[in-house]
Amino acid sequence: MQIKSPEFKQNARIALEDVNLQRALGNLKAGFPQKRAAAVARLPEFDQLRDEARDLKNHILEHLDLYLEEFEKNVVANGGTVHWCRTAEDARKTILEICQDQDAKTVTKGKSMVTEEIDLNDYLEKNGVTPVETDLGEYILQLREDHPSHIIAPAIHLNIEDVADAFHEHHKRPKSNDPAHLMREAREMLRKHFVAADVGITGANFLVAETGSTIICTNEGNGDLTQTLPKTHIVVSSIEKVVPTLEDMTLFLRLLARSATGQEFTVYNTLSSGPRRPGDQDGPENFHVVLVDNGRSDMVGSEFQEMLRCIRCSACMNHCPVYGAVGGHSYGWVYPGPMGSVLTPQMVGIENAGLLPNASTFCGKCEEVCPVRIPLPKLMRHWRDKEYEKHLSPTSVRSGLSVWSFFATRPKLYRLFASVGNRFLRLKAGKKGRTSKLPLASAWTDHRDMPAPSGKTFMQQWKEQNR
Amino acid sequence: MSKADIFNRIRGGLHVPSDDSARRAAVQARLDARKRNLIPQRAQLPADELLRLFIDMADEAAAELIELHSAAELAGAIENWAQENGIAHLVTASDEQINNLEWSGNGTLVREERVAQVGDEASLTSAFCGIAETGTLMLYSGEESPTTLNFLPDTHLVVLRASTIVGPYEDAWQMLRQATGGSMPRTVNLITGPSRSADIEQKLQMGAHGPRRLVIFLLHGE
Ligand code: SF4
Repeated sequence: MQIKSPEFKQNARIALEDVNLQRALGNLKAGFPQKRAAAVARLPEFDQLRDEARDLKNHILEHLDLYLEEFEKNVVANGGTVHWCRTAEDARKTILEICQDQDAKTVTKGKSMVTEEIDLNDYLEKNGVTPVETDLGEYILQLREDHPSHIIAPAIHLNIEDVADAFHEHHKRPKSNDPAHLMREAREMLRKHFVAADVGITGANFLVAETGSTIICTNEGNGDLTQTLPKTHIVVSSIEKVVPTLEDMTLFLRLLARSATGQEFTVYNTLSSGPRRPGDQDGPENFHVVLVDNGRSDMVGSEFQEMLRCIRCSACMNHCPVYGAVGGHSYGWVYPGPMGSVLTPQMVGIENAGLLPNASTFCGKCEEVCPVRIPLPKLMRHWRDKEYEKHLSPTSVRSGLSVWSFFATRPKLYRLFASVGNRFLRLKAGKKGRTSKLPLASAWTDHRDMPAPSGKTFMQQWKEQNR
Repeated sequence: MSKADIFNRIRGGLHVPSDDSARRAAVQARLDARKRNLIPQRAQLPADELLRLFIDMADEAAAELIELHSAAELAGAIENWAQENGIAHLVTASDEQINNLEWSGNGTLVREERVAQVGDEASLTSAFCGIAETGTLMLYSGEESPTTLNFLPDTHLVVLRASTIVGPYEDAWQMLRQATGGSMPRTVNLITGPSRSADIEQKLQMGAHGPRRLVIFLLHGE
C-alpha cells in the first residue's frame, strides 16, 4: 500500500469536506463508545483486568524470545510449521512459496491487518494467485479496490449506497439498499469461493505458547470456513501476539470484545492447533504459521516497547476526536488513529509519518480506554521529540492542520491560549463535555466538536512530569 | 536467517545476560503453573445460578434454547423442531450421545452422518460443555465431530447437558485438558450465538457466513 501519511493535512481537509464520509463516521461515533461503556459497566472487575493484562503483557515482552520458542516447539509437535520473517518482503515471499507448493490458484482470506501491513494481496495477485477476502467488510473493499479505514470495522467509511453499487456492478444482480439483502447476497457469492479455495489465510488474535495454538475471534464465521475447508491453512501473525497459557489468553479475551464492539464475547473464538489428525473427516492437511517481525523486535527495549502490548481492539480510534473527524484513510497507511500514530512511524519511518504523532488533540481519551493501558499520548510525544531532533518538521506543515499544532509551534502563544482556552472550554462545554463553537478556531470547530480538556493543559502536565 | 536475526534483536533490546537461566525459569514456571488470572464474580456462582446465567447470556447472544427433562426426550424434540421449521434434512455428528438417540422415524426428517457441504440446511452436534459467564458453547473436533458441521449449515443444533455447564472459561480449559489427556484437539470452537456482522453502516445483521440460527437443546437430569 502506497504511503500517503505525508499528505495527512490535505487528506484531513478533504475528509472534513466529504459529506458522505462524515455521514458514515457518524455511525462509528454513535455506536462503539456507548456499547463499550455499557459492557464495561456490566463487569465491575474490568479495570482490575486491565491492570493484570498490562502486567502480563509486560512479562511476556520481557521474555518474548522464550515464549516464541515454546510456541514454535508446540506448533511443530502438533504437526505444523513455523516460518520466521524479519521483513514484510520475507513474509510475502514465504506465503507465496507455500501457495505455489500447493499449486494454489485461489486463496480465501479471513480478516488480517498484518496481511494489509505486508501488502499481501497485490503481491499474490501479481504472482498468479487470486486472493478472495471473505470478511464482509473486507469483501466490499476488495470489490471497490479500496483499503480498510479501521482495524475492526474496515468499511466504516462507506455508506450503504456504496455497498449497493459495488454489489450491483460485480454481482450483476438487481440493486438493493437493504443491508440484510446485501449480506445474503455476499453469503451466497462467497460460498463457492470457500469450497474452491486451495489455501485459506487467516490472522491470529493470540498465539498460545503452551499448546502451540493460534486463535481467531470473529463474529461472521468466515474465518472458520476459510481455515477449515481448504487443504492448507496459513496463519499470518505478528510476533508480539504470543501469550503463555490458555488461562492467560482468557484474560485478554475478557477485555477484547468488550473494548472493541462492546460485546460480552465474540461469537466465534476458534483455536487451531496443527493440521487434521488421523481419523478426522475435515480440516486442513497442512498448517503453517508465518510469524512477522517487520520492525517489532526493534521496539523491544526501546521507548516504544509499551506499544507492543496492543491487542488491536480499536478502542483508541473509536474514542479519538481526530479519528472521528477525519476517518482512517487520512492517516495514509494501514493503521489509523492513536495506535497507528505510534506504529506507523516505526514501520514506514518517521520521515514518512512525522505528521501522525501530531494528529492529536492530546485529550488523553485513547489512553483512558486502552485495555492494556498503553500511554499513547506519551508515545506520540516521543515521536514528536525524535522528529524534532532530526529537524524533520517543517512548521508550514503543522500550521493549519490543527489549531493545536498551529499554537504548538509558537510556544508562548500556545501557553497563553491553552491556559485561557482550557478554562474557557470547560466553562463553555458545561455538562456535555464537548463544545462545538470556539472563537479563533472556526477552521477546527466547523468540522468537529472540540473535547473539553479534562484538567491541566498538556504543557502544564509536561512540565510537572519532567520536574 | 530470519529467526536468529529476530531473536538477536529481541535479546539485544532486553539486554539478556549470557546466562539467562533466571528468565528461562520464570517462563517455565508460568507455563507449568497455568495460573488463573482474575476471574469475575459473575462466573463464580452456585450451580443453579450458573445455569440461570447460562440461559440468560445465551438468550442475549440470540441463541435459541429448548429445555428438556431427559435424554429420552431429545430425538423426539429434534424431530418436532424440524417439522415445525420445515427442515427435511439433518447432517449429524456421530458421537455416542447422538448415536444413542432413538429416532421415532415418524416424520419426514432424513438424517446423514457426514461432514457438512454447501447447501446443508441443518446440522446436529454435541457440545463438550457450556460456559455460563457469556452463554458460550465449547465444542472440539475429532473423528466423530467434524468442524464443518459447526459452520457451514444454515442452522446449527447443539445438544448441551446442563451438568456440563461451568462458570468461567478457566473451568472449561481444565475440563478439556482432563478429557483429552492434555493434548489439544485440532480445533476448539467457543461459540456464542449465531453468526452476525455489522460491517454495513454498523447495523447488526444476523447470519453472515456461519449459521443463521443456533438452537441449543439443553438437557437437564442425566
Ligand atoms: S492501543 Fe490500546 S486501545 Fe488502541 S487498539 Fe491497541 S489495545 Fe486497543
